Amino acid sequence: MLEKALSGDRRYWGWLLFLSAVIFVGFLFYLKQFTEGLTITGLNRDVTWGFYIAQFTFLVGVAASAVMVVLPYYLHNYKAFGKITILGEFLAIGSVIMCMTFVFVDMGQPLRIMNVFRFPTLHSLMFWDTVALGGYLVLNVVISQVTLNAERKAIAPPGWIKPIIILSIPWAVSIHTVTAFLYSGLAARPFWMTAILAPRFLASAFSAGPALLILFCFLLRKFTKFDAGREPIQKLALIVTYAMAVNVFFILMELFTALYSDIPHHVLHFQYLFFGLDGKATLVPWMWVSVTLAVISLVLLIVPATRRKETTLGFACAALFTAIWIEKGLGMVVTGFVPNPIGVVTEYFPTFPEVMIGVGVYGIGLLIITVLYKIALSVRGDVSH
Amino acid sequence: MGIDRRKFLKVAGVAALGLASGSSKQLLARGSSESTTAGKPAVGKRWAMVIDLKKCQQAENCTKCVDACHKFHNVPEFDNPKDEIKWIWKEPFEHAFHNQEHEYAKEELKHSLALLLCNHCDSPPCVKVCPTQATWKRQNDGIVMMDWHRCIGCRYCVAACPYGSRSFNWRDPRPFIEEMHDDFPTRSRGVVEKCTFCEERLARGQMPACVEACKEKALVFGDLEDPNSEIRKVLGANFTIRRRPELGTKPEVYYLV
Repeated sequence: MLEKALSGDRRYWGWLLFLSAVIFVGFLFYLKQFTEGLTITGLNRDVTWGFYIAQFTFLVGVAASAVMVVLPYYLHNYKAFGKITILGEFLAIGSVIMCMTFVFVDMGQPLRIMNVFRFPTLHSLMFWDTVALGGYLVLNVVISQVTLNAERKAIAPPGWIKPIIILSIPWAVSIHTVTAFLYSGLAARPFWMTAILAPRFLASAFSAGPALLILFCFLLRKFTKFDAGREPIQKLALIVTYAMAVNVFFILMELFTALYSDIPHHVLHFQYLFFGLDGKATLVPWMWVSVTLAVISLVLLIVPATRRKETTLGFACAALFTAIWIEKGLGMVVTGFVPNPIGVVTEYFPTFPEVMIGVGVYGIGLLIITVLYKIALSVRGDVSH
Repeated sequence: MGIDRRKFLKVAGVAALGLASGSSKQLLARGSSESTTAGKPAVGKRWAMVIDLKKCQQAENCTKCVDACHKFHNVPEFDNPKDEIKWIWKEPFEHAFHNQEHEYAKEELKHSLALLLCNHCDSPPCVKVCPTQATWKRQNDGIVMMDWHRCIGCRYCVAACPYGSRSFNWRDPRPFIEEMHDDFPTRSRGVVEKCTFCEERLARGQMPACVEACKEKALVFGDLEDPNSEIRKVLGANFTIRRRPELGTKPEVYYLV
């Protein structure tokens, strides 16, 4: 089936060429990091995880969100998702590969990465996260390959794939839960040590992921013959709406517990995030943009008229995705370190090389997703206008 | 396999020591001033430390312990706080015990500096999170150890440590070591490091470098399992506090305030 990716029009090749260039530039910056060390990033003794680990966390959510199309389609036999389920699974594959790459570029000794498997450590959540992500990748590769192959031959998929698909549903939930446990089990970091972190991760993932899928469907309709259809997009929009409402609710619960109890260890992090601390406020404008976009998107999604209209729906999805990206891909990880355990405020912001390496990793993910979508569309004869 | 390598490293370390001892006059000089005989390991079942802040304050601006440690362990000196690496350092009291300070406290306490280092917790969160067992608690004496050849540099231990005791090598530290000390390995870029209670000195029957360097005798190091040890006497006779004991990490560095 891979040969389907090797034929395409100029626009397809142009896009792939552009992504390859982006990846190449990212790779050059990574070579710099590989030779000089992580000192080229904005990370420091107090803030030891930043942009890379935050992107990893955010993208685990995007990967997990495939379950929002897989579950209705396979478990509830919701036929309208038949056309887009494969898109969700391919998005998951691209996202998991980006996650793994982000973890890799964050390592101080990347060549020793296999030590995680040479010395499997059951009491480390990082070991379990590796297992969960690796397993999820295998599941999605197998499921998408088998179902798409069956579709190409116009036959029903083999029966043995069904239990594997069912397994992929709780597995999707598990990858983001275990990722949350990486943080929420640390007594040293009160900002993360909250039982609602995993539910929050899932809620934000199940809104941002399907929102991205809606945007992808719009793009595919514009540039290819593929049309997801009105019903599945509206159903996805409803899923996005509910998940976002729950996400905002969870964040407000978090704020209540921290602010009303008024325990400094808990309050100070939120203070840093939204108002700044000791005159240091790098993240403050970002967070208010995030809050504003979140509110706008939620209003546009809840009001039926704006949710049904595709222009406003598209805008709402883009706003929502950006809001959650800022909150999770910038604020959540960094603020766990500010102030540090002894109350000192040291700030962090990614450097240019760091961002370029990140852009390169996103390039890898988009390249994979493009090629996989091309294959899926080719199988269905939906390629170009 | 890991144990084998550790054993090997131990043997190799002893061998290297034998070779290097001729060239290291400084070490010999120090060793001879010791009451313990160099070469015979100091044996303890649960090493711990008491820091007497009053005695420590007597010598204002003194950094002898810090200098001794960092020099002995080839800790690099960077001119920026971003890349900083430290095993033992002084921090204002309000930071070291930032949930215990109050505005009416004794002036001298408020402005005092507390000595911070790895607490060698009995229940170390860093060990729990490490995905490769590159940091582990030694069962026979409680020291929280580091394997710089196994660490993958994920910095999960740094996130898990409630004391800020761990440093990461953001860049190659070797060009920034002012005076190379041949008896101790340098680290490579991309690994985490911290105080190891001078386990390599204990193995030779010497006290930790910081303890030895302190002329005020503000640092008491010893075996908690030995009821006749000096540290037990100090702990039994005085009120001492620990940093953030409420987290259940069971820190083994005690402070006399």
